Amino acid sequence: MIVLRFVLLRLIQMIPALIGITIVAFLLLRVLPGDPASLLIGARGSTEEVEALRHQLGLDAPLWQQYLTFLGDMANGSFGQSITQRRPVATVVLERLPPTLVLIAYSTVLAIILTVPLAMLAAVRRNSWIDFAIKAVFVVAMSMPPFWLGVLLILLFGLKFPIFPVSGYGEGVFGHLWHLFLPAFVIALGTAALTIRSLRSSIIAVRTADFIDTARAKGLPENAVLRRHVLRNSLISTISVLSVHTSWIIGGTVVIEAVFALPGVGDLLVTSIFTRDYPVVQGLTVTFAALVMLISLITDVAYAAVDPRIRLE
Amino acid sequence: MAPLLSVRDLVTVFESKTRPVQAVDSVSFEIREGEVFGLVGESGCGKSATCRSILRLFAGAPARITGGTIEFAGRDLTCLSEAEMTRVRGREIAMVFQDPMTSLNPTMRVGDQIAEGLIRHESIGRRAARLEAIELLKQVGVPSAEQRLDSWPHEFSGGMRQRVLIAIALACRPKLLIADEPTTALDVTIQDQILKLILRLREQYGMSVLLVTHDLGVVAQTCDRVATMYAGRIVETAETPSLFARPLHPYTIALLNSLPGGKKRSEPLQPIGGAPPNLADPPPGCRFHPRCSIAVEACRSTAPALLPVDAPHRVACLRRGAEPS
Repeated sequence: MIVLRFVLLRLIQMIPALIGITIVAFLLLRVLPGDPASLLIGARGSTEEVEALRHQLGLDAPLWQQYLTFLGDMANGSFGQSITQRRPVATVVLERLPPTLVLIAYSTVLAIILTVPLAMLAAVRRNSWIDFAIKAVFVVAMSMPPFWLGVLLILLFGLKFPIFPVSGYGEGVFGHLWHLFLPAFVIALGTAALTIRSLRSSIIAVRTADFIDTARAKGLPENAVLRRHVLRNSLISTISVLSVHTSWIIGGTVVIEAVFALPGVGDLLVTSIFTRDYPVVQGLTVTFAALVMLISLITDVAYAAVDPRIRLE
Repeated sequence: MAPLLSVRDLVTVFESKTRPVQAVDSVSFEIREGEVFGLVGESGCGKSATCRSILRLFAGAPARITGGTIEFAGRDLTCLSEAEMTRVRGREIAMVFQDPMTSLNPTMRVGDQIAEGLIRHESIGRRAARLEAIELLKQVGVPSAEQRLDSWPHEFSGGMRQRVLIAIALACRPKLLIADEPTTALDVTIQDQILKLILRLREQYGMSVLLVTHDLGVVAQTCDRVATMYAGRIVETAETPSLFARPLHPYTIALLNSLPGGKKRSEPLQPIGGAPPNLADPPPGCRFHPRCSIAVEACRSTAPALLPVDAPHRVACLRRGAEPS
């Protein structure tokens, strides 16, 4: 019940922040040089034609008026009309959102699956060859540009050993999971490189805590001590790292989507910026902002779930 | 009757970057069944290291037992494997640590922390363990035990947490309870309650207690026998009344003289001059000689053995029997 009230309250608190973001997104776009009308008509169009289109799109109105129109479009749920596609922005964005959302969630889950056992292993066998090996592999993975790693994986698991598809989004839950494995894995490697380091060092610190000796003095074998007492107390700082990194990923799936030919929002964002499709870029910016806030909300709930001393208020 | 615990020539070494530190240097003592045995000395003298050696729990510090035997109920604990040690810990020997504020897992309910040892050692289910945990909380004097079982550690005061830690330690009815400065972090009224609780439970369960403290007042109040430690060695051991009536080692005498209350009120307290030696580089001969008021030339070169003066009272001092100057 407390959790539900907290979540509701936070969702309400998100509204003013989102309005602030609409202002920034709106103004930043108008500051960019370039004009959607002339881009749409092309170099051969006459000035009159461009002006007529500008008027039709409402781009000749004063800025405050354009902004109010945008707010109004947001309020009615359409987020306005896409200039290039002549369809409501909401429809355009929602069409492209699922692959990106699934990719982000999938890569986060994969990162967690990689992090927990490897960080525990590295911490317990601290400074052994296995610790160094884990560190080395992930430093290399993090240093490699994702598009390069993506291409390598496509060559290896798509062509040489055709286990995974190299492009597309697939059908149904298992189809999605199968199709998105390689791109999600590329992102997960980058995330895990950070979270393994963070979790490893907290595990090492927590293992010297007094209450760990209390647990050992009960006669628990070391693996039970790790599982039941060390892990949960080590998670807090790693949850922060994971949360920050996942927020960062939201705007950064463009490259991976391009490499694996995924119909996600990354590609939509790039095209819309090039064609100065203001309403779509605004809609995407607000969507990304809402997602980042949602992740921070999930993070706060996760903190409270892990550590009872943290209260949701 | 054979003693319950018999530590012989125990040596424990802590590895360090510069040179290994011998925190415990040929320590020998015995604890009989049902007895409260006190280990006193100032901070860093090896009391805790001695206790931790018995259970082989060094809080992740790079420590090793390099010599001696720890015979407990007929077995040498130094020969047991780590897996065999987990069956001794909690079940036969339990330990209560110094700081109740940091010794409970902050992310686990108190009841689960008590039940954990029971589930591990006695083949009982969660439900039975829960009932047993309520019983234990009542035993250690936690009010409204049923409700408190599902509380988190941060909802308890220091004294209540120490009671919970004692409940955890007693869960499997150990034969020996090691209490490493169990009252140091608590205020005086709570200290007294906790000591009385330990004594009552000792009676009730018939267990032995190894009580580590730097407080001679606590020793006088609780211990049957006592050993004084200095710089990793036991310098004097006796039955408690005998130690207080006729302390023989200059260090024990100095400790007693530095207590308020034992002497006439008008006399000032007498602190012990100097500082305890660095265990990485201890002084040769008797380790107390740089601070000793009756040291002679021989004390600088000869380490004194722990020798009996009258039967159970033994002292490691070359000048035993000499009148303090």
